[in-house]
Amino acid sequence: MPTFVYMTRCDGCGQCVDICPSDIMHIDTTVRRAYNIEPNMCWECYSCVKACPHQAIDVRGYADFAPLGHSVRVKRDEEKGVIAWRIKFRNGEKDMDLLAPITTKPWGKHIPQLRDVPAPTQEQRDSQLLYNEPKYIRFDDGGLHTLESNGLKMIKGVEGY
Amino acid sequence: MAYKTIVEDNIDILVAGAGLGGTGAAFEARYWGQDKKIVIAEKANIDRSGAVAQGLYAINCYMGTRFGENNPEDHVRYARIDLMGMVREDLLFDMARHVDSAVHQFEEWGLPLMRNPKTGAYQREGRWQIMIHGESYKPIVAEAAKKAADKVFNRICVTHLLMDESKPNRVAGAVGFNVRTGNYHVFKSKTVIVGAGGASNIYKPRSVGEGAGRVWYAPWSSGSAYGLLIGAGAKMTQMENRIVLARFKDGYGPVGAYFLHLKTYTQNGMGEEYESKWFPALEEMVGKRYLDVEASHRTHRPIPTCLRNHAFISEVNAGRGPIHMVTMHSFQDPHLEEIGWHNFLGMTVGQAVLWAATDVNPKYENPELTTSEPYVMGSHATGCGAWCSGPEDISPPEYFWGYNRMTTVEGLFGAGDAVGGTPHAFSSGSFTEGRLAAKAACKYIDEGKAAGIRVSDEQINRRKAEVYKPMEHYRIYRNEITAGSVNPNYINPRQGLDRLQKLMDEYAGGVTVSYMTNEKLLNIGLKKMKVLEEDLEKVAAENIHELLRAWELKHRHLTAESVFHHTLFRKETRWPGYYYRGDHMKVDDENWHVLTVSRRDPQTGEYTMEKAPCYHLVDAKDDA
Ligand SMILES: Cc1cc2nc3c(=O)[nH]c(=O)nc-3n(C[C@H](O)[C@H](O)[C@H](O)COP(=O)(O)OP(=O)(O)OC[C@H]3O[C@@H](n4cnc5c(N)ncnc54)[C@H](O)[C@@H]3O)c2cc1C
Ligand code: SF4
Ligand code: SF4
Repeated sequence: MPTFVYMTRCDGCGQCVDICPSDIMHIDTTVRRAYNIEPNMCWECYSCVKACPHQAIDVRGYADFAPLGHSVRVKRDEEKGVIAWRIKFRNGEKDMDLLAPITTKPWGKHIPQLRDVPAPTQEQRDSQLLYNEPKYIRFDDGGLHTLESNGLKMIKGVEGY
Repeated sequence: MAYKTIVEDNIDILVAGAGLGGTGAAFEARYWGQDKKIVIAEKANIDRSGAVAQGLYAINCYMGTRFGENNPEDHVRYARIDLMGMVREDLLFDMARHVDSAVHQFEEWGLPLMRNPKTGAYQREGRWQIMIHGESYKPIVAEAAKKAADKVFNRICVTHLLMDESKPNRVAGAVGFNVRTGNYHVFKSKTVIVGAGGASNIYKPRSVGEGAGRVWYAPWSSGSAYGLLIGAGAKMTQMENRIVLARFKDGYGPVGAYFLHLKTYTQNGMGEEYESKWFPALEEMVGKRYLDVEASHRTHRPIPTCLRNHAFISEVNAGRGPIHMVTMHSFQDPHLEEIGWHNFLGMTVGQAVLWAATDVNPKYENPELTTSEPYVMGSHATGCGAWCSGPEDISPPEYFWGYNRMTTVEGLFGAGDAVGGTPHAFSSGSFTEGRLAAKAACKYIDEGKAAGIRVSDEQINRRKAEVYKPMEHYRIYRNEITAGSVNPNYINPRQGLDRLQKLMDEYAGGVTVSYMTNEKLLNIGLKKMKVLEEDLEKVAAENIHELLRAWELKHRHLTAESVFHHTLFRKETRWPGYYYRGDHMKVDDENWHVLTVSRRDPQTGEYTMEKAPCYHLVDAKDDA
C-alpha cells in the first residue's frame, strides 16, 4: 500500500530517501519534504516508515482494492532490539498491539572480521569446506556430506529417478 | 552528458547486487581472500535491499542435520519431486550440505530463531522450514557484508558486465550508474559474482493503477541477475520454469505458515474439499511417477506445488470459486492467531494493511486466496537461472567445468536467483550459494585464471554512451511536443513496461489466459518482443530515476525473451499449474526428461537451444 508523508511532521532529513529499495522516496524541491514519487512501484515494505525518526510516513491502502479508514503503524527500536506494531481495523472492532524481537545481540558485534581470523590452510582450500566448517555443520561427527559418505551416485535420465 | 566517470580498478571480486546471495558472497570472500579487494555494487541500500527488504518470518531451507532431522539427499529428493524431476541435483546437494552452517551463523549474529521447547531444536514450521523473528534479517546479513567488503557502493544500478578483450568469453568487471549523482561507474574486476535477483513485473500483475506495485516478489526485482548474464552470453537453464503462487488475495500474504504451522486448509466457494477431485485426470497427464495419490497419503510424499495450483486454477475455472483458506478453526487459539498476524508483519505487511482496511478478521471469516501472476526466479519453488558448474566432488562431467557456481562465462559466478536448477534454496540457500561462489572465485584468481585481463577505453566509452542513451533521447525529442507523455519518437519506461507485461500475459501464459499458451502464440509473442526491443532503443528517461527504470525494463525484456524461447523449446507441459502448452498437454518423459539450456549470442541476439542430461541421485525413496 503506497506511502505518503505528513507535511507537519517531516523535516526533510532524507533517511527515507536513503533506505527505500525502490528509489521512490524523494525530497520535493519546493517544500523540501519527502514524498513518494511513484506509488505504483511501492511494495509497502515499510522500510521508510521504520526509518523515519519523526513517524512522518504513513501508508494508505491501495486505491484499487483497499477502502479508507484503517491503520497499521510501526515503531522499530534498534537499541532495545524490538519492533512494535499497532493494527486498527476500519470498523474499529479490532485494535491489536504486537511486539517482536528483531535481534538477540548488539548490532554487528558478533560478526567476525574474517580478515583477522587465522588464514585457511592449503588443505582447507582444496577441500569443499566453507569458513568455520565443519564446526557449523554438525557438532556430532564433524563430517561434510559427500555422495560417497551418503552412499549415493549420480545416474543419468529418467530411470535413475 | 556532464556526468563524471568514476573508475574502481584492481578489484578481485565484484559482487553485483547484494541481497541474500550477494551478502553471503562478500562475507565468505573475505575469508578465502583475506588480501583480496572485494567490492559491492548495489542498486539500493544493502541494509534493506532485495526480496528480504521487509524481513522474513521463516527460513525455508534448513536441514537440521545436527538434530538428526534431515540429510542433504532428503532435500534433493524433495526439491526434485516438487519440480517434477527437473533440477540440478549436484547443485542442490551441495547447497543442502552447507546450508545449516549458514543458519547457525545467523543465530550467532543475533537473528532470533525460535526454538521448540520440547526438543531444543529450532521451531519447525514444516519439514524444511524453521520459524524466525526475521524483521531484521537483511540488516544483519548486510552488516556481515559491510564488515567484509573493502567498499560498498550503494545506489549503483549495474547495467552491463565488462568483457575481457584479450580472451574471449571472460569477464572483466561491470559498469553502471549512480541513481543519485548520475555518475558513470566502472568496476574493473577479475571476477564478478552476480546476485542481482529474480524478476517480478514481467507478467501483467493482477493489481492495477496505484496498486501495481503490490506483487508477490518485490517490484524492484528487475531480473537483472538474468539480464546481466544473458547480455554477456552466459548459458541459461530452466527459464520456462516460471512460478505461480497461491497466496491470500490482493495482499499476496504468504500461506506457508498457515498451512504448515497453523494447520489451515482450503475449500471451494461451496465449502467443499476440491483438490483431490482433480488428481485422477491430472495423474494421467503427468504420470504416476509425479502424482501418485495413494503413495502420497501413505508416505507423506508431497504433491508438487504446481499440481496443487492446477487443482486450484481448474476449480476456479469450473465456476466454483472463490477458494477460501479455512482459518476460523485455528484462529480460535489466541497463540496461533497472533502467529498468523506476525507472519504478515514479518514479511508482507501489505496483507495486514489489507485485512485491516477491509475488516477481514480471520477468526470469524475465511479469507480468499488467489493464484498470482507468474514470476521468473531461481531460488523459491522454481529453478530459472544460469547454467553453472557444480562442485568437483559431486558433479558429473556435463555439469563440471572447474569452479563451483561459475557460469559458462569465465570468471563470472552466480548466487541465489541467478543460478539455474536450484529451487528451494530460498534465503538461507541463496546466502550459502553466495559463499560457495566466493570460495570458488578466490580459487579461480589464485590459480592465475584471471591473468592479463584487458579492458579498452573504447569498451568503457561505448557502454557509457549506451547507458545514458535514454536521457539523450529524451533531451533531443522532448521539445517536439507541447506537454504530456505522448511522443511519436519515444516511449517512457512505464509505457514500455506496460507493453512488456501485456505481451507476456497474452502470449506467454499469464493470468488472463489462465497460464495457457502454445507454439503459435509463442511465435507471435516473440515477433512482438523483437519489435519491442527496437523500441527500447528509443526509450526515453526524463531524469536519473527514470534511467533506473529504463535499465530495469531492459533487463526484464532480456529475461522475458529467454522465457519465450525456453517455453517454445520444451514441447510438453512439464509443470501444469505454472503454465500449460495447449499443444502439448502431457508430460513427455521420453523426449523431455532433460534440462533445457539456451544461449543468446551477444552480437546478433540470436538464440541457440539445447537439451542437457538430467542426472539423479539414486535411490528415490517413497517418502521424499
Ligand atoms: C514475500 C516473500 C516471502 C518470502 N518468504 C521466504 C521465507 O519465508 N523464507 C525464505 O527462506 N525465503 C523466502 N523468500 C525468498 C528469498 O527472499 C529469496 O529466495 C532470496 O532473497 C533470493 O536471494 P537473491 O540474492 O537471489 O536475491 P535478492 O535477495 O532479491 O537480492 C538481489 C539484490 O540485487 C540488487 N540488484 C538488483 N538489480 C541490480 C542491478 N542492476 N545492479 C545492482 N544491484 C541490483 C537488489 O537491489 C538486491 O539487493 C521470500 C521472498 C519474498 C519476496
Ligand atoms: S514502503 Fe518500501 S517501497 Fe514503499 S516508499 Fe517505503 S521504502 Fe519505498
Ligand atoms: S525520514 Fe521522515 S522526516 Fe526524514 S525526510 Fe523522510 S519522511 Fe521526512
